[in-house]
Amino acid sequence: MITSTQARPRAYPATAPLPSLLTTGLSRGRLEVTTFFREREAVVFIFALPAVLLLLLGSIFNSEHVSVPGVTTGQLYAAGMIAGGIMATSFQYLGISVASERDQGMLKRLYGTPLPPAAYFIGKIIQVFVCLIAEVALLMIVGVAFYHLHLPATPGKWWTLVWVCLLGGTACALLGLAASSLARSSRSASPVITLPFLVLEFISGIFVPFNSVPRGLQDVAAVFPLKWMAQGLRSVFLPPQAAALEPAHSFETGRVALVLAVWIAAGLVLCIRTFRWQQRR
Amino acid sequence: MSNDIAVRVDGLRKRYGNTCAVDGVELEIGRGEVFALLGPNGAGKTTTVEILEGFRRRDGGGAEVLGEDPGRAGRAWRSRIGIVLQLATAGPELTVREMVRHFAGYYPRPRDPDEVIALVGLDEQAGQRVGALSGGQARRVDVALGIVGRPELLFLDEPTTGFDPQARRQFWELVRALAAEGVTILLTTHYLEEAEALAGRLAVLAGGRVVATGTPAALGGAGRPTRVSWDTADGRRTVRTPTPTQLVADLARQAGGEVPGLTVTRPTLEDTYLELIGDPA
Ligand SMILES: Nc1ncnc2c1ncn2[C@@H]1O[C@H](COP(=O)(O)OP(=O)(O)OP(=O)(O)O)[C@@H](O)[C@H]1O
Ligand SMILES: [Mg+2]
Repeated sequence: MITSTQARPRAYPATAPLPSLLTTGLSRGRLEVTTFFREREAVVFIFALPAVLLLLLGSIFNSEHVSVPGVTTGQLYAAGMIAGGIMATSFQYLGISVASERDQGMLKRLYGTPLPPAAYFIGKIIQVFVCLIAEVALLMIVGVAFYHLHLPATPGKWWTLVWVCLLGGTACALLGLAASSLARSSRSASPVITLPFLVLEFISGIFVPFNSVPRGLQDVAAVFPLKWMAQGLRSVFLPPQAAALEPAHSFETGRVALVLAVWIAAGLVLCIRTFRWQQRR
Repeated sequence: MSNDIAVRVDGLRKRYGNTCAVDGVELEIGRGEVFALLGPNGAGKTTTVEILEGFRRRDGGGAEVLGEDPGRAGRAWRSRIGIVLQLATAGPELTVREMVRHFAGYYPRPRDPDEVIALVGLDEQAGQRVGALSGGQARRVDVALGIVGRPELLFLDEPTTGFDPQARRQFWELVRALAAEGVTILLTTHYLEEAEALAGRLAVLAGGRVVATGTPAALGGAGRPTRVSWDTADGRRTVRTPTPTQLVADLARQAGGEVPGLTVTRPTLEDTYLELIGDPA
């Protein structure tokens, strides 16, 4: 067994080039996606939970009346829960998983290899968007099957769906990376990340229709991205007259894009300033 | 920069608050050497090694590893070193083979992943998830990930902690085989017989300082006073002497025959070590 360590002739030239950013980034991405779908906690609490909640909330409140004709509570919940699912697969999963990678020394181990740091982040981006697209598809299927959710009717609405996923997912992913540094250990990561996420879901129109949220809390929610993602998605999935339910009586899609872009910029700055490869002890 | 020196450290210093973890360490390790760092818990071994690996910043002194400053070296330098940290876990959801293959992809001239798995004795566990391995088996994954990049210089921080005796012997064979290929190895350990079995030279660290350096033989026996003990009418006497043969001959002449209860002991590495680190025993 040991004799096999004798340097056997290999095809490598003495000055073989370092693997490229693209190769290593894609390899990280494949590894991250595999890991996500093998983790029972991730599949149950991140991936499946929004669909389960949609089924529960949708059926409990389905009989509630919506003041605008042609709009059902189920549709409101479905559109909102898609925003919640985007934030779960980006903010919540990244926040928890990166905190535990840091705490358990995985990030330190990577830092000690010639892996380009950017490849690690490319891997995370791939993982987030693969999971996010699967999540949105799952919730759309549940919505269409049970809650009269209409698929986007025009290319314009599809385009809105795409950019809300892209901007919202990016903003939440960056905030998740930044928030991961708040957790002091793997075990504290889950509560530290999940608590603010749950609060946001309550006040941003995910668990409770936004027009039933008290005015003061609506204003708090308006500071964060989730409310705007949900609003953008209502513009995609609900009929035009549902705009009357919005605080501004309009879906304000321009403002949605603007707020999300600002959060991406802020998240990027936060990440660059706070990201650490080693746990502080 | 000299090509025969792999690691050069002088006056290395690192403080944590009021404690001086490393307090003026001097080391020089030649290419192809196997060098062991010994010392009690908290002596500063990990701190020293992690400064050389580029994980921690030094507060003072010089450090040169493979001709570069480890605090500034880049990817190409990282591809030439291998690191086995004292504490680290690998992604628990991935199998041993997936993990080793993935890490091989970070390096320009990796070893064959299956060969590496065989070298650390994990062929039977190759398809198992890392999270399902025993402690000692998981440690072997750390070693596999440290050597898969075909390093010129390998850092091993307490690599065999948690190994059963057979695994430790197997690991020694692996280290010897790597050394035979010309790999420079810096190893920390609490097992004196490990240092004796593997290292060409060693240094004993205590309180952040090097208290002794030399070959295991020099530190262990040759040149150090030998202990001669025998029984007298007033009880047992012990004398340390650089000339034990002379003393025994004198004793024999005085006793006019057998010296009662005579023992002559050369100090073992362990005796010297305990003396060096100030153990009263
Ligand atoms: N990150 C840190 N923050 C504060 N103190 C530290 C830190 N790392 C090490 N120390 C202190 O520095 C000293 C040396 O620690 P180090 O880990 O280098 O010892 P060691 O020789 O590796 O010990 P062991 O045999 O237990 O692994 C210890 O007193 C330790 O408490
Ligand atoms: Mg240590």
